[in-house]
Amino acid sequence: MADPAEKIEEKKAIPSDDNIVDEGLEKGAAALTEDKIASVINQVIDEETGARLKVYVDTCIHCGLCSEACHYYVSHDKDPQYSPVGKIKQTIWPMLKKKGRVSPEFIKKASQIASTQCNVCKRCAMYCPFGIDIAYMISIVRRICHKLGVTPLYLQDTANSHSVTMNQMWVKEDEWIDTLQWQEEDAREEIPSLRIPLEKEGADIMYSVIAPEPKFLAGLIYQAGIIMNTAGINWTMPATPGWDNSDMAMYSGDNEIMGRLKKSHFETAARLKVKKIVMGECGHAFRSVYDVGNRWLGWKMPPVEVVHAIEFYYDILKAGKIKIKKKYEKPVTLHDPCNVVRGRGLHEKARYVVNAICENFIEMHPNREHNYCCAAGGGVINCGPPFKMTRMTGNRVKADQIRTTGASVVISPCHNCHSGLEDIVHHYELGTEVKFISDILYEVMEKPE
Amino acid sequence: MNTLYQFVAGPLLWIAFALFIGGSLYKVINLILLTQKKEAYLFCFLSWKWSLRSILHWLTPFGPRNMKLHPAMTVVTFIFHICLLLTPVFLLSHLILLEESINISWWALPDQVADIMTLLIIGACIFFLVRRINSPEVRYVTSASDFVLLAIVAAPFVTGFWAYHQWAGYQPAMILHIVTGEIMLVAIPFTRLSHMLFAVFTRAYIGSEFGGVRHAKDW
Repeated sequence: MADPAEKIEEKKAIPSDDNIVDEGLEKGAAALTEDKIASVINQVIDEETGARLKVYVDTCIHCGLCSEACHYYVSHDKDPQYSPVGKIKQTIWPMLKKKGRVSPEFIKKASQIASTQCNVCKRCAMYCPFGIDIAYMISIVRRICHKLGVTPLYLQDTANSHSVTMNQMWVKEDEWIDTLQWQEEDAREEIPSLRIPLEKEGADIMYSVIAPEPKFLAGLIYQAGIIMNTAGINWTMPATPGWDNSDMAMYSGDNEIMGRLKKSHFETAARLKVKKIVMGECGHAFRSVYDVGNRWLGWKMPPVEVVHAIEFYYDILKAGKIKIKKKYEKPVTLHDPCNVVRGRGLHEKARYVVNAICENFIEMHPNREHNYCCAAGGGVINCGPPFKMTRMTGNRVKADQIRTTGASVVISPCHNCHSGLEDIVHHYELGTEVKFISDILYEVMEKPE
Repeated sequence: MNTLYQFVAGPLLWIAFALFIGGSLYKVINLILLTQKKEAYLFCFLSWKWSLRSILHWLTPFGPRNMKLHPAMTVVTFIFHICLLLTPVFLLSHLILLEESINISWWALPDQVADIMTLLIIGACIFFLVRRINSPEVRYVTSASDFVLLAIVAAPFVTGFWAYHQWAGYQPAMILHIVTGEIMLVAIPFTRLSHMLFAVFTRAYIGSEFGGVRHAKDW
């Protein structure tokens, strides 16, 4: 009879998302009045949404079939508050039903739910029998909260950095150039003729990265340099703002900043007269350039062709531009990032690449479009330390998925997934290494003498 | 009783059909016009090919992964929707009335088959009711309106079954059957039963996004 009591003890030990205090949410909500809230909600609903939102709300038959799609729901022992429709019930439904007349406390909670308990990974869109895009509705909630000034502090800080510096990490222009030259210098010890060409007009490819790479993952730029030079690619990197392809403003609901960022990115590519943009292993940046930001600017598809690293590696491996010396031996598994798999269908190419460079590839289940999200993307990891445990308790299922494979390395071709999975591996003591494709590709490829 | 019957089976029926058809047209046209006005860009992503791919996959029993995760729900939903659409349209008694009234008719279901289908619909409604109450994820998002909608759908079939078998109180049951049927017709365009009209559009859109832009499956 000791069992039930123990179970209750265990449940109590799980930190509750309800007790989290975030300064951005607190201060933002404290400055609100119900009139202000109503006017902003109605403005967004009337002027920024149309029949789509209305039909989504009117068509939802409250069947709950989207629940299983969500890693938060599954990881919280099927707590209905964490189901996709459960989150809609706590956010957009009351806003619409009460014609915007909700309390500051409600907005605070809605912002927390929309920004930290949903990764807008769109897995639920594949589980709703009507194909209702629930993540779209969550984005509307974030947009409303942004306009009300109630955004988690760390996420807002990142958006501020974008606004001021056009990159995510307050990287100054000279620091950017300096970092590239430093990586070039280091890589020349391995390949003496190596270049990281800056501002080369008319190159075939503009290579763009997210700001965390120069900030604290400069080794990835080194690896990119080695790969580009070995494959004989005519490439360049910009020396001006516009080099950062990341976009947390897209996730904070700050569409105006998102538009500025994407415009500067595309214009940089146009100025350099490149044929296409190749971007590093980042998922959200791809979403911003390929799906969301381009549309905000009025482009159905990106005005410059955008190629994600997975596809780029696929192309150069397939064309034999890179030869493999000896395949990677440790057993690996692959995490399918939402933004390039559900967002761009790169799952088969990713498998081609992984099989080309690794000896022993073990599938994670479920996989491809049905893979569970990392719980870090969608701006959630950018909400910072206050919400770290939200991600950990909210993604036990990911830990189970990785553990079941028995692999010693999980490959994650996305920055947010990568950081999120590192936290999960650590929290759940999985002992798995998390790697980018380029980490392994760099290790196993033949390099020019 | 006879005057009441004449009224519900006469003018009220015409009103109900007018509201159902007019309301449905209004809702669908409004959807298209409003989208044209405020989100016209959505149309440039719509494609017949990807829309149909998505719709057909979701019309295939156990095609999508989510249907495999909920086998009971999948079986019940398919039976429910098929019977719900076919029974009223191919019921012999309905067709006889139609022929008497405007002289058109078509193939009818054998009465016994229609009887079983009606029972299946009622059974499915009970299943949905139990699921709504018992499953935490469904109960959490349930409001009074969900029970009302379920009652609106079940009522014409319960009363129809009652009237067909001529049990006690058959005459009021018949009148109730007609009235509840009319309520259901009118409810389709004006409540969440409008998924009957909109589901094809929502599926078409997400199907087009997944097929044309995302190059991924949506099932």
